[in-house]
Amino acid sequence: MAIDTAEDTTVRVNDFAIKLANVNGTGSASANSLLMQAIFRMGIPVSGKNLFPSNIQGLPTWYEIRVNKSGYTARALDYDLMVAMNSATYEEDIEDVRSGGYVLYDSSWPLDQYLLRPDVTFLGVPLARMCIENFAAPRERILMKNVAYAGAVVALVGIDIELVSDLLSETFARNELLRESNQNALRLGYNYAKENFQCPLPFRVEPMDATKNSILIDGNTAAALGCLYAGATVSGWYPITPATAVMDNFTRLCAQFRREPVENPAPGELPYKNNYLIIQAEDEIAAIGMVLGASWSGARAFTSTSGPGISLMNELLGLAYYTEIPAVLIDVQRTGPSTGMPTRTQQSDILLCAYASHGDTKHILLFPANPRECFEFAVQCFDIAERFQTPVFMLSDLDIGMNDWVVPELTWDDSYVPDRGRVLNDVDLAGMAEFFRYTDEDSEFVTPRTLPGSDSKGAYFIRGSGHDKFGIYTEDSEKYQEVVDRLKKKHAASATHVPAPVVERHDGATVGIITLGGCDLAVREAVDQLADGGVVADFMRVRGFPFVPEVRQFVEEHDYCFVVEQNRDAQLRSLICIETGVAIEKMRPLLAYGGFPLSARQVVDGVTSQLEN
Amino acid sequence: MTSIVKPIIPLASLPMNEIGLTIRDYEGAVSTLCAGCGHDSVTAAITHAFWELSTPPHTIAKLSGIGCSSKTPTYFVRGAHGFNSAHGRMATIATGANAANRELTYIGISGDGDSLSIGIGHLAHAIRRNVNMIYVIENNGVYGLTKGQFSASADIGSRLKKGEPNAMAPIDPVLLGLSMGATFLARSFSGDKAQLVPILKAAAAHNGLALIDVISPCVTFNDHEGSTKSYRFMREHEVKEIQTDFIPIRKEIHKSLNENDATEITMHDGSVVRFRSVPSGYDPYDRQKVEEYIRERRSRGEIATGLLYVDESALDVHELNNTPDYALNTVPYQKLCPGSAELAKMMMSFR
Repeated sequence: MAIDTAEDTTVRVNDFAIKLANVNGTGSASANSLLMQAIFRMGIPVSGKNLFPSNIQGLPTWYEIRVNKSGYTARALDYDLMVAMNSATYEEDIEDVRSGGYVLYDSSWPLDQYLLRPDVTFLGVPLARMCIENFAAPRERILMKNVAYAGAVVALVGIDIELVSDLLSETFARNELLRESNQNALRLGYNYAKENFQCPLPFRVEPMDATKNSILIDGNTAAALGCLYAGATVSGWYPITPATAVMDNFTRLCAQFRREPVENPAPGELPYKNNYLIIQAEDEIAAIGMVLGASWSGARAFTSTSGPGISLMNELLGLAYYTEIPAVLIDVQRTGPSTGMPTRTQQSDILLCAYASHGDTKHILLFPANPRECFEFAVQCFDIAERFQTPVFMLSDLDIGMNDWVVPELTWDDSYVPDRGRVLNDVDLAGMAEFFRYTDEDSEFVTPRTLPGSDSKGAYFIRGSGHDKFGIYTEDSEKYQEVVDRLKKKHAASATHVPAPVVERHDGATVGIITLGGCDLAVREAVDQLADGGVVADFMRVRGFPFVPEVRQFVEEHDYCFVVEQNRDAQLRSLICIETGVAIEKMRPLLAYGGFPLSARQVVDGVTSQLEN
Repeated sequence: MTSIVKPIIPLASLPMNEIGLTIRDYEGAVSTLCAGCGHDSVTAAITHAFWELSTPPHTIAKLSGIGCSSKTPTYFVRGAHGFNSAHGRMATIATGANAANRELTYIGISGDGDSLSIGIGHLAHAIRRNVNMIYVIENNGVYGLTKGQFSASADIGSRLKKGEPNAMAPIDPVLLGLSMGATFLARSFSGDKAQLVPILKAAAAHNGLALIDVISPCVTFNDHEGSTKSYRFMREHEVKEIQTDFIPIRKEIHKSLNENDATEITMHDGSVVRFRSVPSGYDPYDRQKVEEYIRERRSRGEIATGLLYVDESALDVHELNNTPDYALNTVPYQKLCPGSAELAKMMMSFR
């Protein structure tokens, strides 16, 4: 039953947004990503954002699909179609639709009159009734509702039904019964929409060729791939949202690629050995402790965690910094402080990671903007960590880590040689009169290390207590300072090894916009929109810390810059200010920290309102 | 941690072990602990044990946390690689190091503060994982470096030098280990090198985590009347019914031992641990009986020492994870990286 109350005369092709409101734990996630994947396969730039609760079953959850031919796939706040499948949130969901938009709802039950909006078209599909009529098992009746509404959406926005059908067949290749039910449900919804509504709606998809060499991947999977390709063999970790999938994927990948066949295994023995050891630790303290132990021993080791884990790891991060042990940490940031909102995104661990641990410490940070960078930066993290013998953090976030992104295919250069840093072996030691751990610094202030098990000449005693350059305990001011001063210089020297900032200058720019990480797409879109409105801005995305001189230059060459980031306290701005010495007044914070991915509108509105003042 | 380099005085008369090293080669820096500290006796026992085992010094990794006990790894085997970590975290570092290189002999030195308070979680889980290492707790019931607070192993009624008696139940690392599934549990007394050395050697041969609780009196803060971790208390209350000998692999068994009551355990590497003077009914394989025995002795105010429990059949952390025999840090990178072709193939699954 369609209540035609709104008119929309413009037809938009490959430029619209759908929001799907569901109850979590009902199986909607796979139906939603099915739609997104189908649009991707049609060659159209698309994004899917899962806005889910910290809960297993029964609470409201949303999924947003943005289709955009120009590649603007940051979060949209204007929804053309709301698939309202959660009666508990009908009111706010219906409120969310743009004027002239559409609401798809389950018309098995009538919609309360007070919910109706005159400027929105309501499309009722009797999903529950259809599923009860067509499926016997109670669980199936619930699950198939999702595929049925997906079928209706397929018809409404003009997605290629055969493509969706193929996807379902791929997904359920090994389960004929489920495959049948899903196909039936898909057609139920599709046919109902075709018969009862004017399909497609005034916004629809049309095949493009924009995703040919692209993939659909989440940042956690990509990061795990990076760790696999970097040659990590040991990891210690503790389960935490939203980072758990990094290790789940690493475990899966290792099982696939890291098994050494055993010829003639003994009875009861497995026919392979694992060239990796992943330990689920008792807490994050133990997780980083294991990483340090393994890195001390010369293995490439890493942990994946989120803010609360970094808080716990602080103590040992100081030990690693001061004793100069490599470590790679993948921090998939979530909303803090404390437990905060575990399933919401934020960029609020910047300062925590930059200066983790008590005393004077400084760490190396990499800020990926998307899953492809998660893959590439993860590999670089290991090289930098071993070269500079210090912890390196990759600051991903929930949006990058857990959502599927369309990115160019990941590629690998087989000529890659890991940078294992300065490690002395027994031959090196034999040629030396004496070995002292913190002497013989190179131009980057790095001193060579030995690994346990090497000749006794290279044996030394690591200590987090005050030590001189010989590694010997000291309480002498000068000897202590000599070591920590070198550490500061070593940190600074790493600036040219972290990914360089991405800078885009535009003729006639009056302001600069600085951002980092997952804000990238929204800020780029905002820069284009601002230009359309007559405000030309230069763009810089910082990708690593310590900062190269270009970061300071960028700020200085503009009257002022906006610093767009997802935290309350303008942490990137603070870090730039502290570390480059640039005047803080030259950087105006533009902050979005409610826990959802950034949208261009927030940036445009923020910039515009400040320019007007 | 202050340390003073010990001069190496060549003494031609010193006996050599199988690899041509003397006991001096297994020593470390001069101890800066208080004169008479039980920990120095433990250091001496460790020095002897490794010398007698002929373990090449560079194949030993010695780790510790923070505290008086954790200072001691500098005092033995100077040719070994050492890691003085953070308070309570030694087990985590040892776990990671062992994960990366299973070929070394790991010895962790900890104290009752380090292991039974701040690091008890890590100890418990290292036990559960059965990390192949010797884990020594130098147990004096007191925080020495911060000048004499009770630790979690202080007995009820035990007194500080000044102040009230302890009212809380002590944590017994051996009983803790029994409940956590430990595979090697021993208790000894720092003043009894003859007992401690064979236990250390057996611990080195053990496949898995070998926990040795060594009562090691603190002469400065906990050696007075009213302390249950004092030299005098230990000499009066120690019960040494369970005595063990360690017979290295390929060594002829001494015939002088009383073989009638002996129980022998063949360790992972082929060496043998022989129990003698075992009380009747005591079974070092039976978790429940061991616990009953310890509790029964304790109820009489006695401290049972010796190698109390062994399970040589359990799998260690590597066996549990099906890793290869060689060290993971030696796997060549070419074996670890699947390469560009595999990645290209994988990309198909992301479409």
